[in-house]
Amino acid sequence: MAKEEPSYRTAYEMAGRQRDISVSEFFLKNRHLLGFDSPSKALLTTVKEAVDNALDACEEAGILPEIRVEVIDYGDNIYRVVVEDNGPGIVEQQIARIFGKLLYGSRFHKLSQSRGQQGMGISAAGMYAQLTTGKSLHVISRVKGERLASELFVTIDTAKNRPELHGRKKIKWNRSHGTRVEVEIEGRFQKGPHSVEMYLKQTAIASPYVSIHFQGPRGEAIRFRRCTKQLPPWPTEIKPHPRGIELGRLIQMLNSTRSRSLLKFLETEFSRVGRKTAQEIVSHAGPHLTERSLPRRIAHVQARSLYRAIKRVPVSAPRTDCIVPIGEQRLYEGMRKEIDADFYIVSTRPPAVYRGNPFQVEVGLAYGAPGGANLQVDAGGRIRKTAHPRRAAAATLELHGEEPAHLLRFANRVPLLYEQEGCAMTRAVLQTNWRSYGLQQPKGALPVAPLVILVHLASVWVPFTSEAKEAIAAYPEIIRELKLGVQACARKLAEHLRQEGRLKREYEKRSHIEKYLPHVGIALQEILDLTDEQRDRSVARLDDVLQHTRKVP
Amino acid sequence: MTAAGNKTASGGRDQQALDAMTIRLIGAIASATRKSIEKGELPHIELPVRSLANVNYAVEKGYFELGSALKTRTLTVNTVRSFAQTLRLMAASRQMVRDNDFATKREAYYISKNWGDCRFDEQAESDAIMDDIEALASLHGLSREQLRFYPESHGGSVAGPLTVVDTDPGSGALLGIDCANLGSGAYSVPRAVEHLGFKTDADFILAIETGGMFQRLNNHRFWKQANCILVEMGGVPTRATRRFIRRLSDETDLPVYCFVDCDPYGFANIYRTLKVGSGNAAHINQFFCVPRAQYLGITPQDIIDYRLEDATHPLTKTDIKRARDAIRNDPFFASHPRWIAAIEQLLGMGVRAEQQALAKWGLNYVIDDYLPRKLKTTESFLP
Repeated sequence: MAKEEPSYRTAYEMAGRQRDISVSEFFLKNRHLLGFDSPSKALLTTVKEAVDNALDACEEAGILPEIRVEVIDYGDNIYRVVVEDNGPGIVEQQIARIFGKLLYGSRFHKLSQSRGQQGMGISAAGMYAQLTTGKSLHVISRVKGERLASELFVTIDTAKNRPELHGRKKIKWNRSHGTRVEVEIEGRFQKGPHSVEMYLKQTAIASPYVSIHFQGPRGEAIRFRRCTKQLPPWPTEIKPHPRGIELGRLIQMLNSTRSRSLLKFLETEFSRVGRKTAQEIVSHAGPHLTERSLPRRIAHVQARSLYRAIKRVPVSAPRTDCIVPIGEQRLYEGMRKEIDADFYIVSTRPPAVYRGNPFQVEVGLAYGAPGGANLQVDAGGRIRKTAHPRRAAAATLELHGEEPAHLLRFANRVPLLYEQEGCAMTRAVLQTNWRSYGLQQPKGALPVAPLVILVHLASVWVPFTSEAKEAIAAYPEIIRELKLGVQACARKLAEHLRQEGRLKREYEKRSHIEKYLPHVGIALQEILDLTDEQRDRSVARLDDVLQHTRKVP
Repeated sequence: MTAAGNKTASGGRDQQALDAMTIRLIGAIASATRKSIEKGELPHIELPVRSLANVNYAVEKGYFELGSALKTRTLTVNTVRSFAQTLRLMAASRQMVRDNDFATKREAYYISKNWGDCRFDEQAESDAIMDDIEALASLHGLSREQLRFYPESHGGSVAGPLTVVDTDPGSGALLGIDCANLGSGAYSVPRAVEHLGFKTDADFILAIETGGMFQRLNNHRFWKQANCILVEMGGVPTRATRRFIRRLSDETDLPVYCFVDCDPYGFANIYRTLKVGSGNAAHINQFFCVPRAQYLGITPQDIIDYRLEDATHPLTKTDIKRARDAIRNDPFFASHPRWIAAIEQLLGMGVRAEQQALAKWGLNYVIDDYLPRKLKTTESFLP
């Protein structure tokens, strides 16, 4: 029998096989990293990426967003997703690259609060379509002022991470401006906490100025109406803060800067670094670097000492006016609009900083069945039961006392529907001792109460734990702010619960009294031979006496 | 025993006067309640505290009586229900007095079922409210029977030279019932005895624990032989029996001798309850106790004197506990050294003897020998 030789290779043979791996190819093989790991998640991610882009575009252009989302069931687990916006439109030359090239976008290279930050989501959806149905991305876009819209079919050359166009023409379109993206994918349409509907509903909470029409595959038509016409200001861009910079990024910045001197580089490329601070940094950067060193010529070793100097010199905290929170008023309105509850409380924390990145935390709580105890204290100090008109409850967010609270997580106004366990927001909520605020809480779990806990993190750079943007990394500064926000709201909730409890107990006591008062009247009438009028007068008088001796809580 | 002659008492206590008092009392409480309300104050009712802490043994009176502690039931959240129930039960009581009707405790509970939210959920509730009203009435010398709430159980049987003067509930005519003329049967004490009158020439009243012994004494006309009135208690005497014996002895000025088993239950439960009442219902003892009662037998010494040792049973653990408890904690026994000595004697012997043990010497030994011998030395009866 011939002995089988193991097929070892030489370094030369190996060299022949070594080549570039395109980002597109990488993600084709690792699609879970972008949120396309299951058919149901893929459908949701596709909608999400398209809607996020649409909203970013509208807001940046100062247009009140009007979004249409349609999911059509083609059978055999094939769905067509259509997302249409009234945004500024996309210049035709850019369409192919935006939709047909991974890591192409406007957000990655700057620090500014926006929904998208990587330039990957929508092209990943296109790639997923290509992979599962073989269909190209269908884009129609009309720039404001143009007579015709552009219609394109885009695919990605995954080997080269390059867009491929299939047909391009000018067409008439009834929108004066906006973009329509259609993509056909393998997916699964589901209800519940990970549904398209839930995602849109939460979007409507965090961005209450958005109007969304949703047409589902089973004929459902849901409209999320805006409750305000006021757009939030578009956040300003900021430069990196020295505190947050990493060595690699510093070297990259040194290589790509247009500044001709180190001093100028430090002054122009960093936030919070003026001439004086820049000089101080240079003076700490070692003997080989001067204020006039040419940034592109700075060697690795010197860059390392520059990096140490940057970290050593005290710099004032980064500007925080680049963060635009949802705002207490708007968040409150958004919650009231979409969540049927009795009590709402919101809190926007002051901005804070992690690793040189400014961020801001917002927390909102919606508690209890609408109307709560349905009790009202009238002018005379009497407690009356009030009727509460029940709104058509949104099936996806009903509050039940016997179930754990709903936790809604948002990052730059984008709802996060997956990876709740691994998220810093969840951790902060779980680490809060809800029992001390009058709620039940099983050990290490969400409180059990008819409660929605909403947590929002706004930042120029949201530290997601993965490219799928599903969970926030647990930086201590962020956890701290989250907890403070949750506690501020929980304190108010506890106050409300105590007040409600007191009112309820008092009402119960009073109705107990009122139940038996007539019997005192009957007995007095029988014993003293009173007339009905005398009896009723005595009972009314007794009721007055009792009401007066009790304080309204 | 001196010849007592023909002692009579006609017509019982003045029923009309008592009824008027009852109605006045209920009216006064209701008026006070209404006045408080009109003045803008929370109405309240003052009730005697019925707990044992407010019960004393009145040595000179010879019975347990309620102390002077009062509890104020002010109309508040916590009391509004029982307050309303108290008033409604009083109204019901007043109506029964006016209609000359009555209700048993059970019936009173069912009356409330027509009160809607105010109804009693269990009889224990209505009993407690009734006890409160009864205690309140007792401050004014009125008993529960006066409020027309009658006990469930009737009284024992009576035989002997006694004519009970009762009223025909239908016609209202006076009726004389001759208790010596009922053949082998006996007169049965009614639930309410307040209105009864008595005529007798008997020398004493003999209260008997068991129905069997009563029958024996009645059948053999012992009451004729000893010129006494026989009353059957049937274990611990009911309220009706206690009140009957009390009134009979009061009205006719006759001594009461008790003939019960020689065991701690006979001493501490049957005899003690008849004589001084119970701590549980201290508010009624003033009407129900029979301070003149004396203990004829069977005494522990009788076991020796009549050589009943071989007709005894050993004391049970419960017997011993009850006996020790009586010596240590019962103010009645504690105030009578002779009783302490007797109970200690019994504990020392470690046995108990029933009335029927006397049958050892023949069925009628009790009639022919025991009772006549005992009745010769009434001064030796235990207090």
